[in-house]
Amino acid sequence: MAHPNKQRSKQAAARLRSAALIGPAAVYLFIWMIVPLAMTVYYSFRRYNLIEPYIKGNAGFSNYANIITDPNFIAGIINTLILVVSCLVLTVMIGLAFAIVYNNDHVVGKNLLRTFAASPFFIMPVVTGLLWKNLMLNPSFGLLAALQRALGISPIAFLSKVPLASVIGIISWQWTPFAMLVLLASLSAIPEDIKEAAYLDGAGAWQTFRYIVLPQLGRSLYAVIMLETIFFLVIFGQIYVATSGGPGNASTNLPYYIYLQAFSSYDIGAASAGAVFAIILANIVAIFLVRMISANIREDS
Amino acid sequence: MAIVQLKDICKQFDGGEANAVDHFDLTTRDGEFVVLVGPSGCGKTTTMRMIAGLEEISKGELWIGDRNVDGIPAKDRDIAMVFQSYALYPHMSVRENMAFSLKLKKRPKAEITKAVNDAAEILGIQNLLDRKPKALSGGQRQRVALGRAIVRQPQVFLMDEPLSNLDAKMRVEMRAEIVKLHRKLGVTTFYVTHDQVEAMTMGQRIVVMRDGYIQQIDAPNALYERPVNMFVAGFIGTPSMNFLKARVDDASQRLIGEGFSIAMEKAHETALANHLGREVWAGVRPEHLDLVTDANAGTTDNQLTGTVEVIEPLGAVTIVQVRVGEHIVTAELDSHTSLAMGDPAALTCDSHKLHLFDAASEKTLLETSDSGKRTTGDAKTTTA
Repeated sequence: MAHPNKQRSKQAAARLRSAALIGPAAVYLFIWMIVPLAMTVYYSFRRYNLIEPYIKGNAGFSNYANIITDPNFIAGIINTLILVVSCLVLTVMIGLAFAIVYNNDHVVGKNLLRTFAASPFFIMPVVTGLLWKNLMLNPSFGLLAALQRALGISPIAFLSKVPLASVIGIISWQWTPFAMLVLLASLSAIPEDIKEAAYLDGAGAWQTFRYIVLPQLGRSLYAVIMLETIFFLVIFGQIYVATSGGPGNASTNLPYYIYLQAFSSYDIGAASAGAVFAIILANIVAIFLVRMISANIREDS
Repeated sequence: MAIVQLKDICKQFDGGEANAVDHFDLTTRDGEFVVLVGPSGCGKTTTMRMIAGLEEISKGELWIGDRNVDGIPAKDRDIAMVFQSYALYPHMSVRENMAFSLKLKKRPKAEITKAVNDAAEILGIQNLLDRKPKALSGGQRQRVALGRAIVRQPQVFLMDEPLSNLDAKMRVEMRAEIVKLHRKLGVTTFYVTHDQVEAMTMGQRIVVMRDGYIQQIDAPNALYERPVNMFVAGFIGTPSMNFLKARVDDASQRLIGEGFSIAMEKAHETALANHLGREVWAGVRPEHLDLVTDANAGTTDNQLTGTVEVIEPLGAVTIVQVRVGEHIVTAELDSHTSLAMGDPAALTCDSHKLHLFDAASEKTLLETSDSGKRTTGDAKTTTA
């Protein structure tokens, strides 16, 4: 009260200090997120084709109208959804099964097995695609072809006959370890005496799993599903290498469709319009993710 | 309510050399409160887990009521256990925690509600029923764990160090509460603890264990007054009993060592008949020692003399450690003692309260109670 000026300058200094601390993060976010986002939105309303760079001008909603009516785009959306949902179901179920097995003390050599089971996750997407395309699924000299021949079946050309299912298989193979590792950590964190208490309360193996273990996995299951959804939405490398989105558009998902628009048709405007759709799709998932994280933080505090 | 019989039970773990529990033999009375006590690793928890059905019995028989429960799964043994960590189901409310076992048995809803409400009333936790365990204090969690056991109306309660996670004040409170609860329900109870105060205050009978062997089974006071060996004597009572290596002097009928000389009682003479001229362990409890002052100097000729090393005033009493020869003797004295560190001090003791142990086997040389004697046959009594 005695020194109002002094107090005001103190407040100003505090404001300046917090601005200086938050500043770098704000600048970073601006450069790496807001600017590209704004440019994408901007280009989605422009005529901009790399083959005809001299045709410029405002496109209005024509880029959006064009891709919405493009059957390849519709196929891309449908394929993306099929891919995300099937991969989620497969990775979570198989991952949970593996986690339960490797959490059991009676499994012999489980440390070694666990390392093997986790290894696909550490392989680059492009290498995964190549590995499956050439070593596993190749109809003339792939491992599965050899197995089929051994069984007397004529080998199936997986990548051309069932391309989307093959891609789903490849991606599930790569991502099952992720679900397994997260769920295994969560499983091993459940205290043994709680399971013993359930056993004494009369719960059998299934009831213990259903009423005691599964509810406590809830949070990590949710985290796995959310994170995997975001990663599955942007799958690109494996598709690029293994099927190139084909045959036709059979294994084209949204990111691959955007890639084709940008670097096959060289239509930056249409690619940007597709990207805006992708952003919307990803944000729907992100909203749930952020909600979950903030709910966790609230509960912990 | 039931009589529990443990018949010569042994437990050997895979890869273990010695038995974790060795020839455990005990028959409870109906509705008895039995405390298993001993230092960590003595086999008390393993014994309890065998009764619960969480561990297999390697050898021997276990009867609950008129059933041999060997091979009967835990859920059909009609027992309920309270875990050290409480082991409450974190995702369930208190009500759901308590109702879980009845729900699994597919009891009608109304019956479950009534059982849970009744148990909650007994424990005074009606207002907590809709909370999650996370939102409870340690004492409240403990009550819920007890409640979960009570709703099942089992024949036997098993409690595995249920108070060890509570603070000191809460522990004393819950101790009394569990005793009251036992009196009210009258269910045969096994209670495991490493805390001899808990054992003494709660148990109707106490089983003192060590290295898998039963040392003594007795009522609290009998354990205190007639310990069968030096381990039990040192384990029961705080501060611990003092042990002095003494020579039995034939001529003067005294127990003599460096810094002390104690007259033998009539009872001692027969006990020490075979030990004349040899060494024995003399045990005396700190609370049975007194300071020699001008007032009582003439009335006793039992003297332990040395220098004061440590003084611990506790308010009601003062604990003093006196170096007598090679031994440190702890004495529980009047709180108004004028002693200071480094002072010479003379202590006196009542010969009646003296304990005598064989120098080699460390078993008592005095009369033991019947129950005590019976169980010490193959007790392992060498000190580590």
